[in-house]
Amino acid sequence: MTSTTEAITGGRLMVELLEEAGVEIVFGYPGGAILPFYDELYHSKKIKHILVRHEQGAIHMAEGYARSTGKLGVCIATSGPGATNLITGLTDAKMDSIPILAITGQVSTDAIGTDAFQEADIFGITIPITKYNALIKKADDLARHFEEAIKIAMGGRPGPVLLDFPKDVQLEKTSVRKASALKIAPHHYERPKVKGDPQEFADALNQAKRPLLYVGGGAINSFASAEIKALAEKANAPVTTTLMGLGAFPGTHTLSVGMLGMHGTAYANKAVLECDYILNLGARFDDRVAKYQDFAPNAVRAHVDIDAAEFNKRINVDHILHGDLKDAIREILPFVKGGDRTGWISRIQTLKQNHPLDYDNSGESIKPQDFLNRVYTKTKGEAIVSTDVGQHQMWAAQYYLFDKPNTWLTSGGLGTMGFGLPAAIGAKFGNPDKTVICVTGDGSFQMCIQELATIAQSKLGVKILLFNNNFLGMVRQWQELFYEERFSESQWSYNPNFVKLAEAYDIPAMRIEKKSEIDKGVEFFLKDSGSALIEVMIPAEEKVFPMIPAGKSQQDLIEFKDLGKLKK
Amino acid sequence: MKHTLSILVNNHPGVMSHVSGLFTRRGYNIDSIAVGVTDNPEVSSMTIVLNGDDFVVGQVKNQLLKLPDVLRVQDMAYASSVQRELVLVSFSISENNRSEALTICNGFDVKILEMTEDSLLIEFSGNSRQVSNIIAVLKPFGIREISRTGQIAIAYRNQNAV
Repeated sequence: MTSTTEAITGGRLMVELLEEAGVEIVFGYPGGAILPFYDELYHSKKIKHILVRHEQGAIHMAEGYARSTGKLGVCIATSGPGATNLITGLTDAKMDSIPILAITGQVSTDAIGTDAFQEADIFGITIPITKYNALIKKADDLARHFEEAIKIAMGGRPGPVLLDFPKDVQLEKTSVRKASALKIAPHHYERPKVKGDPQEFADALNQAKRPLLYVGGGAINSFASAEIKALAEKANAPVTTTLMGLGAFPGTHTLSVGMLGMHGTAYANKAVLECDYILNLGARFDDRVAKYQDFAPNAVRAHVDIDAAEFNKRINVDHILHGDLKDAIREILPFVKGGDRTGWISRIQTLKQNHPLDYDNSGESIKPQDFLNRVYTKTKGEAIVSTDVGQHQMWAAQYYLFDKPNTWLTSGGLGTMGFGLPAAIGAKFGNPDKTVICVTGDGSFQMCIQELATIAQSKLGVKILLFNNNFLGMVRQWQELFYEERFSESQWSYNPNFVKLAEAYDIPAMRIEKKSEIDKGVEFFLKDSGSALIEVMIPAEEKVFPMIPAGKSQQDLIEFKDLGKLKK
Repeated sequence: MKHTLSILVNNHPGVMSHVSGLFTRRGYNIDSIAVGVTDNPEVSSMTIVLNGDDFVVGQVKNQLLKLPDVLRVQDMAYASSVQRELVLVSFSISENNRSEALTICNGFDVKILEMTEDSLLIEFSGNSRQVSNIIAVLKPFGIREISRTGQIAIAYRNQNAV
């Protein structure tokens, strides 16, 4: 549906369409090919623009905003290098199904294809890493592309979209615009009817003696937390979540068995081996969770997903429901009977007691697990936590218990170092009243460290928890366990003085090295609503356990207590 | 096993890249691809032949249907569809074997487009096996140039007639 009104420039129309869709904040970086758009943005009273220091920061901020609010994240870049700097973030958003609208400037239509200054075929480059993309060649086509892009980003399985916007099209006048109101509100778009038989689905669950719910990131995207809780409680079934699903089911609930997979809890991974029915709710049998076809070897497998292409992609399943998770669970619930599963629940309790998350906290050094526990207690579990990628990410996933959806922001599928800091910034802009903590490591932090300036410029209260072991810790862990301690290029022989560096950006900072300083450190770092950085020196040899070695399955899980056996 | 997929797509720039890019990204090999616009100028029809078991083809179909510009994907069973390919071949002849060449062309229902003293340019259409056959038969003469369109396909309306 389009209507005709007074002619305005393409750039003006884009700003108006963003405003009408409800976009309140965009993250970007200006440049030659996007200047007409920026000139129109200058006049907007509804849209706040956050100036970043690198386009990768802009898109991760948009992701942090989208992941923590459920709304569309919007980022802007100019043509050529500006646009190509978005590539990592687009891939990240594609892998984790995050709704992002990336707007890029492009050289004028008459210069396209001539290797013009700052020209890149961003349309061609981003085909495999966007859910949808378009090069807008006429201002008259703008409204149509814009509508399609937002619907595709937000609808079904969400994902990133990119609109490439030549400079002359931003200046061209058009009177063709949208009539119907677009919305970037979560869960706004019409969802197709659930396909499959909910009763057959529920029957299999009812017959199970040892059912297990396996909850993924789809639960966050579908806002299905309440439904999952109702289902788990009605069926009396334990719940494990993937890394992406943390928070979709309360981590403190008695039925929670925490995270499964490569660094999941031992009890979750053992529950997978012992269950006789596994119900996958919006996860994708990712290879870090389900390595082989013998995943959950004794179980009837069922799968609910909005993306039909996920069914039987890696693991074959017995029952399928295709549709939005929230809707699907609502259809299953009436058929679910509350069985007596006392035996199974007590078996889970025994597993929890015999195979707890564990680490050695003797000695004077600070253990990251301990520190994270203290942060969890101090924030009462109510912070939004973003992470980078590596050991600190897994410790945060294990030791900060997430009770609410949209409070855990991590790069799951792509494993993007550099994600944490900008994601925390985006989340803080979306949730100004909440405590937002970026948990990072000395390796990851340096990948987008320039965004400290964005924090300073906006006087934003982002808390940075930096674990420093002067190593790429996860790489070191693999080298120690599987490469006979050949630490090839994983040690930082130079690290900056992170405290001074933060202070250079007017961010209060402190370093702690001894266990006796932990309380002081936690207090300093969380004392007020302003930004702060705490650098926590941790032992380089500290490892993440449990661990399923790459390429192995649940049977091969190594716990902390097995470490001695492994090293002999 | 060979599968023939008939795919209807929006006739927009970049759609071809989206479709072929999907094959590249997932590591599936395309045996042949043929594209042309349908009676509706907004819609193109693609025929893609690929090698793969039912799992691979199922995955390809599911992934194709995720692309916003893909309108329909049909796996064409050989028995219930017509499949054709066009080939143009230029090959050498001499005085000694000219009549032999012409006899072959007659027998195969080949159209002769040009004949010179030492060459023949022919056009042939048929299913892929027939096209491969005619190429094999002409090979001993000495093939100078060859151009195949790739396969196109359409389903029979009456599926019981087979």
